[in-house]
Amino acid sequence: MNINIPSIKKDLFVMLIFSVVILSMPMWLKPLGAGYPDLLQKFAIFGIFAVGYNVLFGLTGYLSFGHAAFLGVGSYTAVWSFKLLTMNVLPAILFSVILAGIAAAIIGFISLRRSGIYFSILTLAFAQMFYNMAYSVLTPITNGETGLQLSRSDPRIIDNMMAQAGASLPSPTLFGLEMSGYSGFYFCAVLLIIAFFISQRIFHSPFGMKLQAIKSNQTRMKYTGYNTRPYLLSAFVISGMYAGLAGALMAVTDPLAGAERMQWTASGEVVLMTILGGVGTLIGPLLGVGIIKYFENIFSAMNEQALLAAYSFMPDWLAKVMVTITSPFVGEGWHLTLGALFVVIVIFLPGGIMEGLGKIKNLFKSKKKDTFTEQIPPKLPEKAEPQKEVS
Amino acid sequence: MDAILLQILNGLDKGGAYALIALGLTLVFGTLGVVNFAHGALFMLGAFCSVTFQKLLTISKQVKDTSITFFDAYKEMPYLELWFGDFGKTIIDYSVPLSILFAIPVMLLIGLAMERGLIRHFYKRTHAEQILVTFGLAIVLQEIVKLTFGANPIPTPAPEIFSGTAAIGSLFGLGESVVYPWWRLIYLGFSLSIIAAVFAFLNLTTFGMVVRAGMMDRETVGLLGINVEKRFTIVFGLAAIVTGLAGVMYSPILPPDYHMGMDFLVLSFVVVVVGGMGSLGGAVAAGFLLGILQSFASMNEIKSIIPGIDQIIIYLVAVFIILVRPRGLFGREGVMED
Repeated sequence: MNINIPSIKKDLFVMLIFSVVILSMPMWLKPLGAGYPDLLQKFAIFGIFAVGYNVLFGLTGYLSFGHAAFLGVGSYTAVWSFKLLTMNVLPAILFSVILAGIAAAIIGFISLRRSGIYFSILTLAFAQMFYNMAYSVLTPITNGETGLQLSRSDPRIIDNMMAQAGASLPSPTLFGLEMSGYSGFYFCAVLLIIAFFISQRIFHSPFGMKLQAIKSNQTRMKYTGYNTRPYLLSAFVISGMYAGLAGALMAVTDPLAGAERMQWTASGEVVLMTILGGVGTLIGPLLGVGIIKYFENIFSAMNEQALLAAYSFMPDWLAKVMVTITSPFVGEGWHLTLGALFVVIVIFLPGGIMEGLGKIKNLFKSKKKDTFTEQIPPKLPEKAEPQKEVS
Repeated sequence: MDAILLQILNGLDKGGAYALIALGLTLVFGTLGVVNFAHGALFMLGAFCSVTFQKLLTISKQVKDTSITFFDAYKEMPYLELWFGDFGKTIIDYSVPLSILFAIPVMLLIGLAMERGLIRHFYKRTHAEQILVTFGLAIVLQEIVKLTFGANPIPTPAPEIFSGTAAIGSLFGLGESVVYPWWRLIYLGFSLSIIAAVFAFLNLTTFGMVVRAGMMDRETVGLLGINVEKRFTIVFGLAAIVTGLAGVMYSPILPPDYHMGMDFLVLSFVVVVVGGMGSLGGAVAAGFLLGILQSFASMNEIKSIIPGIDQIIIYLVAVFIILVRPRGLFGREGVMED
């Protein structure tokens, strides 16, 4: 395990680069065909979700299948805040994060009494309870299958005190700035940068080290005199709040909340993103989000015509064969590609893309070393590598 | 009284499905030690076996409709009906029960392929990784089915004779109002007999004895010179068959669609946990217990006291059991108790 904690200066430098990369996304994603606000917003929102999930799963190794529930709580809270108080997004986000945090504290307090597969099943059970209740008992709050929507007759107490209600359906704003298109993206992006910074500080803090210690050997940690549960619970609540924030942003960019966001397969999606990118690494989950959302966008829009065009460089018969082979994987069948990709990643590269990159890097490094350091006896302790395995 | 009997019956047939799925799941967990999230997909594949079989039987040809004489009218007529007349019609009518014969070899093959191809490489990996890889596999299987059969539920009716209801009430002298669909009764009987068959297989045959010994202590059985891996592969196939058959017979109750596997997966895990991981009897008992609990919770009298309880009762029970008695109701001491 990496013991030297990077200084805050180094972190700030990384953050600077990160912010530039994120904020300039509309520019450098344009040539890739992904430079439009809808998709960019999705990148940022799911980025927040995955970064938060990584705080729990990546650091402590506790595999939660219930995080979609917090996403749903965040979304519903945000829409209710729009309906009751004001169309301003800040209170909506604040309430969402707090409520998601409370929900996470309750669920976490109970679920964290068990570990391993029992923890997974407990979180799964809670998420299913939320989901089922959203469809049945809680219909007054969630509006059941139709989903919660804004309407003109909403009270909106604060807004109506300030000004007369307009004729059309209002949309979420940040002090008058409408949260759609690029302004929506930049708002999400700024929050993503803040969220990433917090997660980076958690990773590099003594608290984060303790969480990693729990992951590698909880029993030993307990024998050292640490009560592990408060640490685990804090990690769970933090990641739940991240999910709540992501849910709120979903409602901000599109003021509508439906129960399908809480289904357990939605939790599976965030697990997938985190694993694909590289669990336990800082930037990995974001990579996973980017790749999955980008290819979802490209693949699901593809059809046989587009495929034929893509294979136009091949001879005709080969192109036809290729189209028949690949057409089940695009368009409607995008999830098939995703599932297959996921299986392959778990089998061959449990550390995700980050592990793959690391392997490639090591390949070059060891080659160089071999030529120069043949005579030198091997160094005694290998420099400890950061933890990679998923456990 | 009538209402209570009816609820128990309602619970029993649902419980039969839960018990069968959970039996397969816990068989796999007990022998291979693998947490299989693709188990729901096996249930779904079973249900689609009956869809496929029905489609195969009703491959049809256009023939002239003789009842319309004004113009040339054509209608679709299954080959079976053309060849065998009324007998063919009966075969098509009985497609769901007959598809059991079709499903057994198919599910066995699917199970063996799954175990050999993917799951065996994950024996030594962590539970989390097993969950993840089988979850991915479940997505793949579900999407393949969606591509082949479309996204809509496909009705697979039960044979004509069983489509009515049985007047159970008058049978027991409880009043005419207690009626119950025949097919659900048959499902209950079917699941009980499959459960009995599995237990007989495990308890009365030498093969079953080795499997049980392997569940207890895999290493020692291996040291005795028995190829445990090979037997466990067959056990996985067996679990696939049991789950698949549960799906086949369930298809008239719930028209199969591609995501029914995911819906049942969570439930079956809950059942296994309540019964005790790796305990076969526990899985069966918990299956019926939860089925009955769920149907009681959906009674109007109870719903008016605690609204919405029918939707969450199973999960509540599971949470309670995991917290209070993690080894489950019938679990062996020391198995998965952390």
